[in-house]
Amino acid sequence: MEMPVPSQSVLARKSRVVERLQGVLPMDAVIHDEMETRAYECDALTAYRCPPMAAVLPTTTKEVSDVLRICHEEGVPVVPRGSGTSLAGGALPTADCVILGVARMNDVIETNYPDRYIRVQTGRTNLSVTGAVEEDGFFYAPDPSSQLACAIAGNIAMNSGGAHCLKYGVTTNNLMGVTMVLMTGEIVEIGGAHLDAGNLDLLGLICGSEGQLGVVTEATLRILHKPEGARPVLVGFDDNEVAGACVSDIIKAGVLPVAIEFMDALCIKTCEEFAQAGYPDCQALLIIEVEGSEAEIDDQLARIVKIANQHNPVEVRESKSAEESAAIWLGRKSAFGAMGQISDYMCLDGTIPVSELPMVLRRIGELSDQFGLPVGNVFHAGDGNMHPLILFDANKPGDLELCEEMGAEILKLCVDAGGCLTGEHGVGIEKRDLMTYQYAPADLEAQLAVKDVFDPHWLLNAAKVFPLAVSHDRRTEQIAAE
Amino acid sequence: MMTPTSEQELSECVSQAKGPIAIKGGGTRGVGVDGDVLNTSGLTGIDLYEPGALTVVVKAGTELSEIETTLAGERQRLAFEPMDYRGLLGLKGEPTIGGIVAGNISGPRRIQVGAARDFTLGVRFVDGQGTIVKNGGRVMKNVTGYDLVKLMSGSWGTLGVLSEVSLKVLPMPEAEATLCVHGLDMNDAVGAMAAALGSPYDVSGAAHLPNDDTGVTMIRVEGFTDSVSYRTAQLREALAKFGGEITVIENADDAWAAVRDVENFHGKDGDVWRISVKPSDGPAVVAAIDPLEAQFDWAGGLVWVRTEQGSDVRAKLSGISGHATLVRGTGQPRFQPETVGVAALSAGLRQRFDPRGILNARLMTA
Repeated sequence: MEMPVPSQSVLARKSRVVERLQGVLPMDAVIHDEMETRAYECDALTAYRCPPMAAVLPTTTKEVSDVLRICHEEGVPVVPRGSGTSLAGGALPTADCVILGVARMNDVIETNYPDRYIRVQTGRTNLSVTGAVEEDGFFYAPDPSSQLACAIAGNIAMNSGGAHCLKYGVTTNNLMGVTMVLMTGEIVEIGGAHLDAGNLDLLGLICGSEGQLGVVTEATLRILHKPEGARPVLVGFDDNEVAGACVSDIIKAGVLPVAIEFMDALCIKTCEEFAQAGYPDCQALLIIEVEGSEAEIDDQLARIVKIANQHNPVEVRESKSAEESAAIWLGRKSAFGAMGQISDYMCLDGTIPVSELPMVLRRIGELSDQFGLPVGNVFHAGDGNMHPLILFDANKPGDLELCEEMGAEILKLCVDAGGCLTGEHGVGIEKRDLMTYQYAPADLEAQLAVKDVFDPHWLLNAAKVFPLAVSHDRRTEQIAAE
Repeated sequence: MMTPTSEQELSECVSQAKGPIAIKGGGTRGVGVDGDVLNTSGLTGIDLYEPGALTVVVKAGTELSEIETTLAGERQRLAFEPMDYRGLLGLKGEPTIGGIVAGNISGPRRIQVGAARDFTLGVRFVDGQGTIVKNGGRVMKNVTGYDLVKLMSGSWGTLGVLSEVSLKVLPMPEAEATLCVHGLDMNDAVGAMAAALGSPYDVSGAAHLPNDDTGVTMIRVEGFTDSVSYRTAQLREALAKFGGEITVIENADDAWAAVRDVENFHGKDGDVWRISVKPSDGPAVVAAIDPLEAQFDWAGGLVWVRTEQGSDVRAKLSGISGHATLVRGTGQPRFQPETVGVAALSAGLRQRFDPRGILNARLMTA
């Protein structure tokens, strides 16, 4: 994975930059010792590591503004970081950068139930946003798998989704307003506790911009009252394609579950060995969850079971209690951990139209044979967000490269099927070089133009999202301007 | 007048333009800008409709009615319930999907399911220099690159002319019921709507139509028949404490269309403003403006007011966060002026997407 050559002139000014940062932050909030900066050398894409020049941990919007102003004046690249859970390398440093971590900014600023929003500092973790309101019966809907650890800042940067977004939408559908600091240090307020934009929808543009347009320090988030209850049904099939057809039929029938999760044979077997969830021995498994009162749940599950029964399932297991629900979810929720027990893996997240599910699963199987690497599929079937897990051996020379090559083929397949490279993880460095496969030069130019407007010197997380060759001139102009 | 019949022709129309272009879909939104008219009526048709994937891909000039008819054939719909401006503005013509996406036009169900921008999965457009650009796609989850779909939705054609959009659709519900709480004043009405939306009963509409000092407060639920009856009963109980008489009407589509299109204001004089605030600020907005007439949608968060001609409503709303749009009238900027920092970003984007400033020129900045 290529990263830009660090600027020697920036590295030569390290002590001055650190001194200036120490002038605006508490001493313990500026990390510059080479041993300590290692803590920030990677995110959850651990195959790639590079300690930053320094890391800062501000606690207020004002401090973030001061840090960015100094870095802007000094021409120092900045990489924003939430909790460092990106699977796409969104928070991977360069050797000449300052990591701006928001982890110490985790206050709840305001909770408003009549108007159904919460305002938080963005270092707060996703799950603890719900934690702040759940005693009063409310929750924050987007639920990425990493929700225990991941920060709202990163959720906004990557427009994170989760299992339940089939009903509740992803981050952008639940984000109402932000305080954002531009690379110059200027603080802007966008949106608020009201709905929609009064002029251009900059909020929609910022969400999912991977920390390249500004650093979001505070966010107003929509909260909802919790449903009265929720229960899943588990349905096993002896064929992937039949499971895919069942998903499509459920959606067509007008039932809108909160989640439809899919696991294939390899995942079922691995999860079963790991978690003993009592899953049937079959080729494909769907977990479909619905919400409402007991009677409403019964009614919806009955409709789903009726549709499922038309597809010759090998097993239909309707949860009747909280314990049975937990058992059904146990295997699915431990899927990533279970797969990690048996092998190193790379997790992709291309999205496809639901109708293409059978074809794409078949082609992934063929690619698996061709490359000689096993693939497990566990994903959000309701919205076509695939998560193929390619198994490889990190200690075997060449295996990571082979795995990446195969991953690229799968993602191209998703694009060819009418889908996209990434549904919820973001581009980061991982899928950067495939952007030209999904987008024509003019499409990318329009996106680059947006970055030019928000960050004209390309100092903010500049080596991400776009292929380095595409962003090269813009990034090097910045260095030349020093 | 230019009437391109393909995206390529649309691109040529824009790149060869010598002056301002007034983009016209159905002509039902009262855009009213100067320039050569660029009509999108030659860019029509449903390119793809997959009911099982809840997606439809259509050319921007396609009439809303055609899309709705097609979706209804599969018992699906555009859930964001786009408002029809014709009655309010006294205009004829057929609304097009391009206009709806470009204006981010939604309706009462916005509080439950989201706005037009939330249902727009992908766009193709021609920018101010004639360059054809695509962004997003036709899948529900897509974080591949920047989200220009959101930027285009609500930009009213000023950053580019839409040529094609892909949309998420949703199933039509089996049943619908509306609780009408009678006789509440504005403050109690907003309280009742907050209570309804703060419940687990998945409310899909909350509006208050004043009638002298009190009025009727409408709460809608939709879904499977038994579920609708259950939730209606639960809400009736929860709202009893507000004191008004409660009646329930089924299939209140016409009543909700009247709320959506602000029918109470039709055929009456004066300016019309659309104000988005946090719901609990709704009554304060009305008190500050003292309008000829007002109506609440979105539980109080969307305030429609009819005022004397030439009123500067924004000046009266200092201290209340949100935004006001002058939907009918002149003499004030139509769209909410932005704060200095945000305005600089918007101006930068406008400079890059339409450097000559020819697309619906000054519509959003004057």
